[in-house]
Amino acid sequence: MDTITLVFFALALLIITSALFVVTSKNIFHSAIFLIMALFGAAGMFVMLEAPFLAAAQVLIYVGAIAILMIFAVMLTARIADESIIHTNEQVPAGLAIALGLLAVILYGLWNTPLTIHGGTPPSGGGHKLGELFLTTFVLPFEVVSVLLLAALVGALIIARRDPGATPRPNDQSAEQTGA
Amino acid sequence: MLELDKLIGFVGAQIAALVTALGLGPDWVTLVQLVVAALTLIGFASVMVLGLVYAERKVSAHIQMRVGPMRVGWHGILQTLADAVKLLQKEDITPSNVDRAIYFWAPIVTFVAAFAVYAVIPFGRGLVVTDLNIGILYILAITTFGVIGLLMAGWSSNNKYSLLGGFRSAAQVVSYEVPMALAVIGVVMLTQTLSMVQIVGQQEKFYQWYVWRQPIGFLIYFVAATAEVNRTPFDLPEADSELVAGFVTEYSGMKFAMFFLAEFLNMFTVAAIGTTLFFGGWNGPVLPSWMWFLIKTLAGVFVLMWMRWTYPRLRVDQLMGFAWKFLLPLAILNILITGLFVVLF
Amino acid sequence: MHVEIGLSHYLALSAIVFCIGVFGMLTRRNGIGVLMSIELMFNAVNITLVAFARYVTPVEITGQVIAAFTIAVAAAEATVALAIVLLIYQHHRGIDVDRINIMKW
Repeated sequence: MDTITLVFFALALLIITSALFVVTSKNIFHSAIFLIMALFGAAGMFVMLEAPFLAAAQVLIYVGAIAILMIFAVMLTARIADESIIHTNEQVPAGLAIALGLLAVILYGLWNTPLTIHGGTPPSGGGHKLGELFLTTFVLPFEVVSVLLLAALVGALIIARRDPGATPRPNDQSAEQTGA
Repeated sequence: MLELDKLIGFVGAQIAALVTALGLGPDWVTLVQLVVAALTLIGFASVMVLGLVYAERKVSAHIQMRVGPMRVGWHGILQTLADAVKLLQKEDITPSNVDRAIYFWAPIVTFVAAFAVYAVIPFGRGLVVTDLNIGILYILAITTFGVIGLLMAGWSSNNKYSLLGGFRSAAQVVSYEVPMALAVIGVVMLTQTLSMVQIVGQQEKFYQWYVWRQPIGFLIYFVAATAEVNRTPFDLPEADSELVAGFVTEYSGMKFAMFFLAEFLNMFTVAAIGTTLFFGGWNGPVLPSWMWFLIKTLAGVFVLMWMRWTYPRLRVDQLMGFAWKFLLPLAILNILITGLFVVLF
Repeated sequence: MHVEIGLSHYLALSAIVFCIGVFGMLTRRNGIGVLMSIELMFNAVNITLVAFARYVTPVEITGQVIAAFTIAVAAAEATVALAIVLLIYQHHRGIDVDRINIMKW
């Protein structure tokens, strides 16, 4: 087995086990850490698919911002230590059935679709080609995404701001909150 | 003989021959070479950190008109070694109510994030572990990953001082990443490449250093990097007088040593990146390339240490306000001006 | 055993991760747990897109561009969703999605 295959299966194993732990862990903070491992696995996959810029962007954005945001949210809404909390709702068998059914349908479709592979060398990394595409062919979605990010920024600030007459903080955290 | 890249090339060839003689393919050769390079770097980084800790104590002592460690070895030069031995032989205590798995992995994550950056830093001509074509972006990504270690440590310690310290540290690092990244983007706009080796290659002459062409960018980078590594005036998260010891309150012995090591590694990293991006990396006239790199980087580290005993500490809200309301608009302005210059000239 | 890794392997991996995400989204009770499962689904889709970019259009890397947009949109979505979760927590003292089932309080 050559190293590419070995690396692929190792990364795939990492992603799948981390994903399973994310959805089944009893401790929400552990779920967040396993999500980070899954995100790193996905970044590794991007490197294998000759997309190093996207891999670095994935780590920078997903792990470095979104995952941290989730951990902050977990810390600020925690009632973790209580053992009597049930972590899954009563739809587990139905959810399992739906997920497995969906998997079966997708894999069946994959099995029966002829996938046409085109040869050709991918552009050398460093994001030059991506930058070109962003500013020529895809300039409109690029600008729209900037507006979307601005809207999300302002929206999140407004939503999460505690207005002066709101209910007091529920548990015994100290008063300092640092812009999470 | 002082040309280290020939030595590295020789060792690399020997490893290749050895691994091929064992019957393994070229991928395994690369793997073994990388592992040996990583181990060498760990050794180098550890020695560097020992030296830096000693330097910090001596520099702070002389700034404060005292002499610092003088007993252990000539002028206290073995002091850090003694401290390291002490930390290593301490009992590994885990407090009872901590989240064991997270408590165990937090220092490892912090150390890995601090150390993984060294894979792309060019220490000299031909002395880089791997020349990634996304070098500087990789460094930014790994820096953001380091925050996870802080949060894990703060959360798992089951201690409100740790939690607060972790929150503050994480918020500070995340806030200052943005102006730092934007300052780096200013440089990348001029260099047209993300590869660290090529960035150094473009700064061969003294007048080609990017610090002349991006002065605002350099200042923003320097301030943001000081905040990233939690140095005064931005060291509220570990201010002894405020939060016991911040997020490392519950750590002792070897685990604390890893956090400590990671902090000094970060300091060296930040100075090394500043050298590479703004001060020409390993370029210089007479001395070997790695010697120039070390001189420039250690000068940067010295300035970081110097600032610690010169400026008072900023309060948390001043810190955050400074990042978001001043540095960020300034960095965007810098990008705007740089963009105009690139297009017009 | 020499297995040539091709497009179908990446697509199968994405399908598995996507379905794990679907399972998580349908069964998790904690609001943030649901969001994490959704992030898993986003990542599975990104792997699919980049795999197609590598194997079907390797020269004009359309899939990578779309994956980059997906990452940006996921960031925006996670931000707003987590802000809403925090707001719910302030009012409800808990983020059990089974109990947040009335439109006003």
